[in-house]
Amino acid sequence: MANKYLHIPRLRRVYVWELPVRIYHWLNALAIVVLIITGFYISNPVALLSSKDASQQYIMGWFRYIHFAAAYIFFFNFLFRLYWGFVGNKYANWKQFIPTSKRFFHEIWAVFKIDILMLKKNGKEQEHLSIGHNAMAGIIYFMTFLAFLVQCLTGFGLYARMSSWWLPKLFAWVPVLLGGDILTRKIHHWSMWYFIIFTVIHVYLVFYHDYVEGRGETSSMVGGWKFIEEDVFEKNLHQTPNPEKTEVEEITKH
Amino acid sequence: MKNDNALVSQPTYYEEVQRKGYSRRDFVKFVSMMTAFIGLEQSAIGQVAKALETKQRMPVIWLHFQECTCCSESFLRSSHPIVADILLDKISLDYSETLMAASGTQAEDVLKNTMAKYKGQYLLCIEGSVPMGADGVYCMIGGKTSFQILQEVSEGAAAIIAWGSCASNGCVQSAKPNPTGATPIHKLIKGKPIIKVPGCPPIGEVMAGVIVHYLTFGRIPELDRLGRPKAFYNKRVHDTCYRRPFYDAGLFVETFDDENAKKGYCLYKVGCKGPSTYNACAVTKWNGGTSFPIQSGHPCIGCSEENFWDNGRLYDRASSFSGFGIEANADDLGKVALGVTAAGLAVHAIATNFGKSKLIHDHETEGKESEQELDS
Ligand code: HEM
Ligand code: HEM
Ligand code: SF4
Repeated sequence: MANKYLHIPRLRRVYVWELPVRIYHWLNALAIVVLIITGFYISNPVALLSSKDASQQYIMGWFRYIHFAAAYIFFFNFLFRLYWGFVGNKYANWKQFIPTSKRFFHEIWAVFKIDILMLKKNGKEQEHLSIGHNAMAGIIYFMTFLAFLVQCLTGFGLYARMSSWWLPKLFAWVPVLLGGDILTRKIHHWSMWYFIIFTVIHVYLVFYHDYVEGRGETSSMVGGWKFIEEDVFEKNLHQTPNPEKTEVEEITKH
Repeated sequence: MKNDNALVSQPTYYEEVQRKGYSRRDFVKFVSMMTAFIGLEQSAIGQVAKALETKQRMPVIWLHFQECTCCSESFLRSSHPIVADILLDKISLDYSETLMAASGTQAEDVLKNTMAKYKGQYLLCIEGSVPMGADGVYCMIGGKTSFQILQEVSEGAAAIIAWGSCASNGCVQSAKPNPTGATPIHKLIKGKPIIKVPGCPPIGEVMAGVIVHYLTFGRIPELDRLGRPKAFYNKRVHDTCYRRPFYDAGLFVETFDDENAKKGYCLYKVGCKGPSTYNACAVTKWNGGTSFPIQSGHPCIGCSEENFWDNGRLYDRASSFSGFGIEANADDLGKVALGVTAAGLAVHAIATNFGKSKLIHDHETEGKESEQELDS
C-alpha cells in the first residue's frame, strides 16, 4: 500500500507566507484596487446629469473620502509589511527584495533565461524552482515598494493641507520640494499607472507559475503553502535569493 | 530690520493722507480694511492706525526687470484710493522706473541717493525675473545688467519683496526652454528676508497688505514654506471657492457652453487649477471685491503656482506629458503601455505552451496517473 505511489515524486508542503503576510497581501491588493478606481474618478469624474440640488448629493465627496480611507489602510499596511520584513520568516525578510549578494543578480539572470526567454539546456526544458519569491520577483516587489513610497509621499503631501491631523502634516514638505501641488498631483497620477501595469503582469505571472510548475502558486497567498518535490528539496536545488547556501552554478545546472 | 528710526525726517503716512485731503474717516476705513486683509484681529486696528500715524514714510525702491508691469497695474488699481495715492504713487516711491517722472541720469541719481541715504533701511520691491542667459544682456538698464543692479540695490535693503510670479518663480518667460535664463529673485539673493507675493499679477489688496504689515510691525509677515505670506497664501482657491458644493456633489461643467455652465457648476473638468493653487482670489476677489475668474465662469489657471505654464494645459485637467511630439495625455500613454503589456503577456502565454510543453505534459501525465491510481 505504502509503496503504491513511489514512482511519483512526493511533494513537501512548505509554509511560505505566514498569516500576517497573507493578510497584508489581500488588504494591500484591495486598498490599491479601491485607490485606483477612486483615483480615476477624482482625476476625471463622470458627467452627471442631476436634478438634485448640490446640497443633496455628495458624490465627489464620497469618492475622495473613500480614497483617503483606503489611503490610510494602504499606508499602515505598508508600514506593517516593512516591519514584518525584519521579524517574519525568511521568505518575508527584506533580503528577499534588496539584492545583497552577487547570487541575487545571477538568479535574476537565470529566471530571465528560463521564464522569459524560455531557453533550453541541452535540449531540455527547464524550471526555475524557488520557494519564496524568485529573485526577479523580489526585485520587482522592491520597485513596487518604492512606488508605494512615492504614492504615499505625494498622496499625503497633497493631503497635508486638507487635514488637521499631525500625521499627514508630516508630509507637507513634499509639495514644497516639488515646487507646488500641481506637479505633486501629476506625479501621483502618473505613478498610478505603475500599479495598474504591475497588477496585470503580477497576476499573469502567478497564473503562469501555477500552470507550468503546478506547485500551488496561486493558492499560496491564501493558505500560505507551496509544494516542492522531495528530491529537489533534498538536493537543495530550490532557490531563495541571497542566502549563501546554494552555489550559482547549481541554479543553471538544474 | 527695524526701519522706523534714524530716518531722515519725513512726513508720516497720516500726515500725507491729510495733506491729500482724505478725512479721518477715510483713513480709519482704510486701516480697518487693511487690518482685515492681513488677517489680523480687530484689536490690531489701533496698532495699524498708530503705525501709520506715527511712523515716517518708508523709503521704497521698486525695480522692474523682465515683466509686463501688471503687478504695478494691479497695485495702482487696488480698490482703496489710499493704496495708490499714499502707499505707492505719491509718497513712498523713491525710485520706480514706471512711475517716477525723472529719467536718464537724473533718475539714476535718485536711485543712488536713496540707496546711500537710507542704507539698510529701504524696502526693495522687485517686479520681474532676472535674465541670467548670455551674461544678462536680455534686460539692461543704464548700461547695467539686471543682475548687477539687483546685486547693488539689494545690498543695502532691509527686506525684499518679490512681486508677482516673475520675481517669485520666473513666470512665463522661464517656460521651457527658458531662452533668456529668466531666474527668480530668491535664487540669486541670499541672506536677505525675501517675501514672495506670487500671482500674475498678485491681488492689489494683497500687495498693499504686505506693505502695511511690514510698516506696522517693522518686520516681514509670517511666511509659509515657499516664502509666501501665510495670511494670503495658506489656503487653496478651491478651499474657499463658492462653487465648492458643486464639486463635492460631483456636478461639473463639461463644456463652456453647456447647461451646467449656465447653472454655475464647478469648473474642475474644464481645467480648473483651484485645487492646486494657493491664493486669496476667492476671498479677497479682484477689482475691489467685484469678482474673480471662477466667478465669471473661467477656470483658475493657477497663475500664482510655480511652473503653471509648463504644468499641463489650461483647459484640461488631464496631466499632459510633454516631450512626446504632440503633448500626450498621461492616461493615453498609460493605456498604450497597458495594451503593449497585454500583447506581451499574450505572446508569452502562447510561447509558454510551446517552450514548456514537455514540462507541462510531464506534470499532466504524472497527475493523471495519480488520479487513476487513487481509486484503484
Ligand atoms: C496606489 C495608491 C494610490 C493610487 C493609485 C492613487 C491614485 C490617485 C489618483 C489617480 C488621483 C487623481 C489625481 C489627479 O487629479 O489627476 C489621486 C488623488 C489624490 N490622492 Fe491618491 N492614490 C494612491 C494613494 C494615495 C495615498 C496613500 C494618499 C494619502 C493620503 C492619497 C491621497 C490623494 C489625494 C490627497 C489626492 C487629491 C485629491 C483631491 O485633491 O481631491 N492617494 N490619487
Ligand atoms: C488575483 C489577484 C492576485 C493574486 C492571485 C496574487 C497572488 C500573489 C502571490 C501568489 C504572491 C506570491 C508571489 C511570489 O511567490 O513571489 C503575491 C505576492 C505579492 N503580491 Fe499579489 N496577487 C494578486 C493581486 C495583487 C495586487 C492587486 C497587488 C498590488 C498591486 C499585489 C501585490 C503583491 C505584492 C507586493 C507581493 C509581494 C508580497 C510580499 O512578500 O510582501 N498582488 N501575490
Ligand atoms: S471651480 Fe475650481 S476652485 Fe471652485 S470648486 Fe471647482 S475646482 Fe474647486
